[in-house]
Amino acid sequence: MPSQRRSASSFLWRALRVVGFAMLFAVALTVTRGQNLGYTLIYSICIALICWFCIDMGRFAMGRWMHRDSPVGDRDWPGWPWMLVIILIGSAIGFGAGTALVDRLLGQRSSNLFDTGSLRESLTLLLFALLPAIAITYFFYTRGVVADREALAQAAQRQAAESRLKLLEAQLEPHMLFNTLANLRALITLDPLRAQTMLDQLIAFLRSTLTASRFAQQSLRAEFDRLADYLALIQVRMADRLSVRFDLPEALAEAQVPPLLLQPLVENSIKHGLEAAVDGGAVHIGAARDGDFLLLRVRDTGVGLAEAADTTDAAKRGDAGDGMGATSATAFGLAQVRERLATLYGDQASLTLVPAGDAAGGTLAVIRLPLVRA
Amino acid sequence: MTRPAATAVIAEDEPLLATALAQELAQLWPELKVVATARHGEAAVERALALRPDLVFLDIRMPGSSGIEAAQALSEDWEEGAPLPLIVFVTAYDQYALQAFEHAAIDYVLKPIDAARLAKTCARLQTALGARREVGPSPPAAVEAVEAAVEATLGQLRNLLAAPGIAAAPGPKLSVIQASMGATIHMVPISEVLYFEAADKYLRVITAAREYLIRLSLRQLLPQLDEQSFWQVHRGTVVRADAIAMAVRDDAGKLEIKLRGRPESLPVSRLYAHRFKPM
Repeated sequence: MPSQRRSASSFLWRALRVVGFAMLFAVALTVTRGQNLGYTLIYSICIALICWFCIDMGRFAMGRWMHRDSPVGDRDWPGWPWMLVIILIGSAIGFGAGTALVDRLLGQRSSNLFDTGSLRESLTLLLFALLPAIAITYFFYTRGVVADREALAQAAQRQAAESRLKLLEAQLEPHMLFNTLANLRALITLDPLRAQTMLDQLIAFLRSTLTASRFAQQSLRAEFDRLADYLALIQVRMADRLSVRFDLPEALAEAQVPPLLLQPLVENSIKHGLEAAVDGGAVHIGAARDGDFLLLRVRDTGVGLAEAADTTDAAKRGDAGDGMGATSATAFGLAQVRERLATLYGDQASLTLVPAGDAAGGTLAVIRLPLVRA
Repeated sequence: MTRPAATAVIAEDEPLLATALAQELAQLWPELKVVATARHGEAAVERALALRPDLVFLDIRMPGSSGIEAAQALSEDWEEGAPLPLIVFVTAYDQYALQAFEHAAIDYVLKPIDAARLAKTCARLQTALGARREVGPSPPAAVEAVEAAVEATLGQLRNLLAAPGIAAAPGPKLSVIQASMGATIHMVPISEVLYFEAADKYLRVITAAREYLIRLSLRQLLPQLDEQSFWQVHRGTVVRADAIAMAVRDDAGKLEIKLRGRPESLPVSRLYAHRFKPM
């Protein structure tokens, strides 16, 4: 909702605008009622400024008082009902004080709000002050709303861009990419045939990563194939330190899942579970059916959750250079999966991450989501 | 008199990359002998200490201890009086580490390895090794030259370890250590701690009266200590400065500190020995 957060900085600017309005008003009065322009200008400006000052201060004080317990939000805007009361009081004070002030300064004697002798005339005079005050307040209010909306839209756009960039950086993690290219370069001389296979896998991985966001769903078979490409690349690098097992029941092969949903979980298993383990280990990716739900499991026999925090520190100390700290990268990967699940399935889907709890140790991630068939 | 060929140890967890580096080196520097390749940091330190190579190529990101930790361990455990091996770091993508290497003037190579860049590095290493071996036959001069070379390498490593992105950023300071013993949690004021010592995955917390174990690594603890009052004296030891009574150099040239109120003395590694100088 609107706030007038920039009110303090634009205080003078608003005063100038009020003077501008007052001059227009005076000119209008002069033209319609044939009054003296000079006097009308002075009265008008003086009354308008005092009205505006009272109303603005009243708005500010009331807003702060009403929102005294909330540190954020529209602290300078008490809402329209209170605002009308403030405008009424502010206009009365402004009209009375403004008229009296100019009377004294110019030695004039004009009809004053409080001693006109008739209620009707007082109300008419008050209306003269009130209508422009409401109009001006409305004008400032809508301007504030528009500026706030623009700021919000810009912030949202910036956030979206940042999050896209982070996502791409996480998916095409530079360390993984350069290490893979280094291996490829080595294979070209050592074993050209294997180099070609590896290049094909890298191409498939890059293509699926770069196009993942364009498709809402893909079959579980395709999802597992992409993971297989990724893990094949990692296997060239880790050699005997990594063993991989897939477990996809034929009946579930055509189940529909968001593309690369499992990718961040598998990457975490590699980066924080297995790469950190001196003897490496295994990653096991499986799918199972639980009634109307699909269970997807990524399990590794790596260093485990507790130690991952520590070795992650080690990796971070050794090279904090993957753009963000490894811990925040892990958290980012998990948050990204949770966010996608929440957007697509609401509370129908979940992700849990627990210690694997058997002799082999490591970490188990389970995604539970509604079973959808093509 | 023929010079013995220069020797190197390669630490790289990805076997293909270790092979590739060895091959590139063989082309650029045929006389260089790669005497061992290790697949993690601890193995690299162990092989290097045993084989005493002239050069060590250390991958930064390895399972177990990282390349930088391996470099620290090597420099601390290397035999006194012998020149430290020349260290070259190898990395795929580490923007902070690269800045730190530039800053500390330490050699590094990027993966995939660029032959021209590696050739330059080799030329620099050959010059440095040559200078070491040029040292005249008179023993005092030789000893002095070795000491100067060792001190230069240590200076580089100190700069590297203190560089932003390598050293952990200081965080909020601890005032009390919470150590569990059975079902009891002992609250130990940090001012009572004489020193911390790493013990596998634990940390021993030693006060004048007793000792506690906490499940925290020294690496995690360090940013939470005030570095003015707690001094690191070894990769596994951090001592409260005002608990140190004296520093003594033994016959073999090793530096040790003695503490007030404790019988034991603690070894100071040469990486931190520069703190103990007369005013």
